[in-house]
Amino acid sequence: MSGHPTYQPQGPFMKWMERRLPIASLVYSSFVAYPTPRNLNYWWTFGGILAFMLAVQIVTGVVLAMHYVPDANLAFNSVEGIMRDVNYGWLLRYIHATGASFFFVAVYVHIARGMYYGSYKEPREVLWILGVILFLLMVVTGFMGYVLPWGQMSFWAATVITNLFSALPAVGHGIVTWLWGGFAVGNPTLNRFYSLHYLLPFVIVGVVVLHIWALHMVGQNNPTGVEPKDERDTVAFTPYATVKDAFFVGLFCIVFAYFIFYIPNYLMHSDNYIPANPSQTPTHIVPEWYYLPFYAILRAIPSKLLGVTALAASIIVLAFMPWLDTSAVRSANYRPLYRQFLFIFFAAVIGLGYLGSQEPVGGYVIAARLLTAYYFAFFFIILPLLGLFEKTKPLPNSISEAVLRKGLPAGASGPPPAGAKT
Amino acid sequence: MYRHRSFMIASVLAAVLSSTASLTAYAQDEPPNPPMQQWSFSGPFGQYDPEQLQRGFKVYREVCSTCHSLKLLSFRNLADPGGPSFTEAQAAAIAATFQVTDGPNDKGAMFQRPGKISDYFPPPFANDQAARAALGGGLPPDMSDLAKARSYDEGFPWFIVDAFTMYNEQGPDYIHAIITGFTNAPAGFSQPPGTYYNTYFPGHAIKMPPPLHDGQVQYTDGTPQTVDQYGRDVAAFLMWASEPKLDERKRLGFQVMIFLIVFSGLLYFTKKKVWHDVELHPELEKPRAPTEYQH
Repeated sequence: MSGHPTYQPQGPFMKWMERRLPIASLVYSSFVAYPTPRNLNYWWTFGGILAFMLAVQIVTGVVLAMHYVPDANLAFNSVEGIMRDVNYGWLLRYIHATGASFFFVAVYVHIARGMYYGSYKEPREVLWILGVILFLLMVVTGFMGYVLPWGQMSFWAATVITNLFSALPAVGHGIVTWLWGGFAVGNPTLNRFYSLHYLLPFVIVGVVVLHIWALHMVGQNNPTGVEPKDERDTVAFTPYATVKDAFFVGLFCIVFAYFIFYIPNYLMHSDNYIPANPSQTPTHIVPEWYYLPFYAILRAIPSKLLGVTALAASIIVLAFMPWLDTSAVRSANYRPLYRQFLFIFFAAVIGLGYLGSQEPVGGYVIAARLLTAYYFAFFFIILPLLGLFEKTKPLPNSISEAVLRKGLPAGASGPPPAGAKT
Repeated sequence: MYRHRSFMIASVLAAVLSSTASLTAYAQDEPPNPPMQQWSFSGPFGQYDPEQLQRGFKVYREVCSTCHSLKLLSFRNLADPGGPSFTEAQAAAIAATFQVTDGPNDKGAMFQRPGKISDYFPPPFANDQAARAALGGGLPPDMSDLAKARSYDEGFPWFIVDAFTMYNEQGPDYIHAIITGFTNAPAGFSQPPGTYYNTYFPGHAIKMPPPLHDGQVQYTDGTPQTVDQYGRDVAAFLMWASEPKLDERKRLGFQVMIFLIVFSGLLYFTKKKVWHDVELHPELEKPRAPTEYQH
């Protein structure tokens, strides 16, 4: 944007470098001078938290990989060796295992924030779709990581999830055999999961670069959903956004550390401390907590093929939000009905998460079906219709006006909602 | 009108959720939750009690080790800091009382020799099949990870409360409950042959006979020699066996928490100072560009 300072190389080396590889000015314009809306709240810090968590997972993961052995007979004991004999191995493993959970905590907050403030809407569709791809990559990477310790839950989760592909007509069983590298989950499966678990985080890094690039093309959304109009509406990324992000990364780390040091096994399943045994099925096979809502959707539908389809659709539908939502107003702060339906949607997802952890019997099945119905109705019925019928609140003319009006009574001098589309 | 409609939807959803929550447990034969015990290692500053671990080790060695292996532990671990705190000489002496298979020697034969401090605990049976054959079909689980591999489901909302109370001791509570949970089967319970009734075992039919009775293991420090105390001590020992770095973890955790809280506090005040002008006079002050932001 015009009016913001550009990078002026200081000193002969930086001047020499600038003419050959202007990396310093790229960093400067992307992470220093980059204008961010001045009214971003703390929900916006979760993007930075996610970048931090990705780095934590890669660093701890690379060190763990130095000690881990991807062999069906040795994997479990090699993880125990890390816990018992590697210097600070227990710390690395607990950071990495708990880190997966906290990565998902952050991504769910990040997605929820995007849904609440309409961050998926024009012109941020590609940014949003890249985010959905990142989430899918995280789901796959997390699942493969969970298989590596080769405990009972690892083995049986791998069996259940890979078996989902067998629901596909004609090619299903062939695909499953191909995924396994054999006729059951075994050593070849573990080996390829390890290889992919090491590869995919770097694919995530690549897509994150695209995600940030797309973000810097269109600029950040903000709580009003009104685009910044002039310089009074924005502040420089550094120091304003960086220090705010850093503060919340600190708070996030306090909760993260609490889990690592005081309840490291709280988010894990005790059965995964039993070595994998292909001849003994655990009484309840449950996925990690962050997959539970999707697991509940899968089980809510009696037909296996339709269940798998619903499971896939429940994530992929997110990518179509920019077009399913017909409203011109972005932020739920100005969309009273959308706001309510969205909070019910969040509650439904949490409810599905709880149901995913329970036995699929009796009333639980009925409840899971109702919530699944709401999940999809939200995207396919509520979102398209709301845009047509909802009476939105008046939007502020600019971000600065919204900031100034904060102290005044609501609607004191609100302009008409005509300026909805900026 | 809008408000009315969304209120209706919200109340329908609330009804669905509450009907779900009020559903009672599905299985009729669920065992009761193990009673919570006091553990020296619970809570943010909890640490193992070395004397208790030594007593627990005595129980393991004299009773449990007849059937249960401890494959992931080595005799040297007995002298590790944060453990039973045996001296190295004591650990070596304990190792020497075990016979370990070594070899092959220069004639190509395997041979038995007394254990060394670097050896792992030798298993009581050569393999799972040998254990089953000797014990009437039952397979005693390896005890290295047992205290972390056993748990029980407390259900909603207790699993949320646990996160705040740092209740992490489901495993040792369960082990203690199993050891003390042997009793006569209630009338009408059909006990499968070769099993024993245990209040806390899922299905109540456990293949392990009651392993301990009062006075069975001699304590020299005046600790009561009861099954309840044996169960407590051996459960503490097994918790250490499965989580040997707990003392170090909680000590380091406290330092990390102090650092993070102070660091976040400093970041908060830095943030406040940086944002001071922007938040105080949004209409007057044009936020400064980073190049202007110098003191």
